Amino acid sequence: MDVELLIGIFPQVLLDGITLGFMYALIALGYTMVYGVLEFINFAHSEIFIFGAFVGVEILLGLKSIGLLDGLPWPLVLLLVLVAGMASSGLLAVTVERIAYRPLRGAPRLIPLISAIGISFFLQDLIRLVESLWRNAFNLVYPTMDVLNLRFDITENIDVSVKSLVVISGALLMLLALHLIVNRTKVGTAIRAVAEDQAAASLMGIDVNRIISLTFLIGGAMGGAAGVLFGVQYSLINPYSGFIPGLKAFTAAVLGGIGNIPGAMVGGLVLGLLEAFAAAYLSLLTGGAFGAEYKDILAFSMLILILIFRPKGLLGEVVRERA
Amino acid sequence: MIWSLIAVALVGLSAVAVATFPRSVLIFLLFQGSLLFVYKARIPERLRWALMAISLLVLMPTIGYFNSYYLEVATQVGIFVALALGLNIVVGLAGLLDLGYVAFFAVGAYSWAILGSPHANVIFGGDMFPLAGWWFYIFLFVGLATAATTGILLGLPVLRLHGDYLAIVTLGFGEVIRVLANNLDKPINLTNGPKGITPIMRPPTPFGLPYGEYFYFLALLIVVAVVIVNRRLEDSHIGRAWEAIREDELAARAMGVSLVRMKLMAFACGASFAGVMGVLFSAKQVFINPESFTFLESIGVLAMVILGGMGSIPGAIVGATVVTVLNLQVLKGFSLWLNELKNAGVTIFGYSLADLPTQFEPAKYERMVFGIILVLMMIFRPQGIFPARRRQRELAH
Repeated sequence: MDVELLIGIFPQVLLDGITLGFMYALIALGYTMVYGVLEFINFAHSEIFIFGAFVGVEILLGLKSIGLLDGLPWPLVLLLVLVAGMASSGLLAVTVERIAYRPLRGAPRLIPLISAIGISFFLQDLIRLVESLWRNAFNLVYPTMDVLNLRFDITENIDVSVKSLVVISGALLMLLALHLIVNRTKVGTAIRAVAEDQAAASLMGIDVNRIISLTFLIGGAMGGAAGVLFGVQYSLINPYSGFIPGLKAFTAAVLGGIGNIPGAMVGGLVLGLLEAFAAAYLSLLTGGAFGAEYKDILAFSMLILILIFRPKGLLGEVVRERA
Repeated sequence: MIWSLIAVALVGLSAVAVATFPRSVLIFLLFQGSLLFVYKARIPERLRWALMAISLLVLMPTIGYFNSYYLEVATQVGIFVALALGLNIVVGLAGLLDLGYVAFFAVGAYSWAILGSPHANVIFGGDMFPLAGWWFYIFLFVGLATAATTGILLGLPVLRLHGDYLAIVTLGFGEVIRVLANNLDKPINLTNGPKGITPIMRPPTPFGLPYGEYFYFLALLIVVAVVIVNRRLEDSHIGRAWEAIREDELAARAMGVSLVRMKLMAFACGASFAGVMGVLFSAKQVFINPESFTFLESIGVLAMVILGGMGSIPGAIVGATVVTVLNLQVLKGFSLWLNELKNAGVTIFGYSLADLPTQFEPAKYERMVFGIILVLMMIFRPQGIFPARRRQRELAH
């Protein structure tokens, strides 16, 4: 075994893992916030996330077709796409909640979950339908922006691409903003109050329905931002490519303790690192017997193990369990 | 009396109509509808069963003789009815939402696919395989046992989980099985990876039946067996224990229901039906690969159970029929019809259909169908089209 190679690629793998981890963390926030408030798994969040990526690609392709993509300064373009992705995913999340979840709020717990699965499938094909009619293609490629593909060499075998830096810094900014909203503003206090006890919160004059909508808006917006960053990082998207990252992000949320916002970040990072290392090292360590594909199995086994042995997650938010 | 006449007339007429227009999907749907009518109409029990038996045992194979595609549809419906009935036990009766149900189907299918094809020689060496065709009948039971064991193995670790956590874990389990099937072509080539396994042996058929008819009758036989087992289970102490667990675990335990045993039994029973059908499926298809066992299939079966009504046997049958027919016939039929219109150069409101994008293929939107079914049923009729009798009684109070 080539120990030098194993050590040599380590920093690179670490960096890839961190990038992936922040992406998962951003998506995981949508799951964890909704779960914190409603104790409900928003299964459609993976499609809300990929919807952001599609809005992003449409805007970039639109800019490209009128020749503005290279004309405008790239940070401005990126900001525009990010904001548009966040707004549309956020609004989609609010709409979905209004139509498919709110009427079911008092129902047994599995009922809204099944409805959410339905919405998830419906949205996948809806995106496909619209893109097929509009572009006659639903596998779309993010237009390349030259600046983003630049790579800096840190040492001779480690390099950082601008893309990764954009993803990491974008995710960090979002997380910081969310932290401030939830912990420093009146609205944030209201969100935490509703999560704690809906009835009591409503007695204190908080409009519970509005706060729940707001939670979906914020969670959806984070998902939309993650979608745009996902597109920038991996280029190729299709209506079904949100599903697996969504499931992984849910794993991250559970890993960190579902309902717990810092937990989602920690869980995302842990899972991202784990996956990057599995992808890079599994094949090397087992002499090619187990390839990188097993990283999915690793992630799902992790989910299963955590749920069975430590359902509170790593950071241990106390979750009331209802049958 | 009047209902009896209508029922007989409907079955007869629709059968004649199918014979006259063997290519019309709508008329075949009418034939299927007449069966449903016979099932629900207020007619003497004897007449009901006689009409059902004639339709399924005589008319359907005759139709299939003229248009083998319909027989294929009917066989598929049979497979999915058994799957829906199996999932109905886990989800409907015991209230354990299983989102990875198709994994058990895969286990059954691969058990025969590997040993009933030359592929097993790659694993064990020698040239003993494929096993002779008659082993297929033994493998129907091997598939059952293997799937039931897998069900118990999955059930053991997840016993402590409830509700949505259980759902997510079973989903993860289903994905693990699919990824394994996709990647176990190394270090030992068990599943041949994404390329799949072929050719899979078919059993010798009795009376020289053609394979289309043979698999139709076999699927029908298995479905009848599954229905009988289901009905016996439902009214036994086991079925009551399952429903008690679904309604209130704590109360069920207080009444002396062993949660561990009953939950494991639910997983094992549900899985075993899928296992049997998996064996049949692999022999019928001759070729299988992991593509047939995706999350989409699990949700499809779930949509069937939900549409019919959780916990209801007739519901699961009707749900499976409607959803399968919708996917196999209505969506595809619409696709073909649209293509014909396109080729004929039809325009609607000045828009030429020929300008429709080529990627717009209505046949591919099964996810949308499943999604719409799930959401609409949850919002407007969570008890399903044919609610379970016991639930109906509950709601009447």
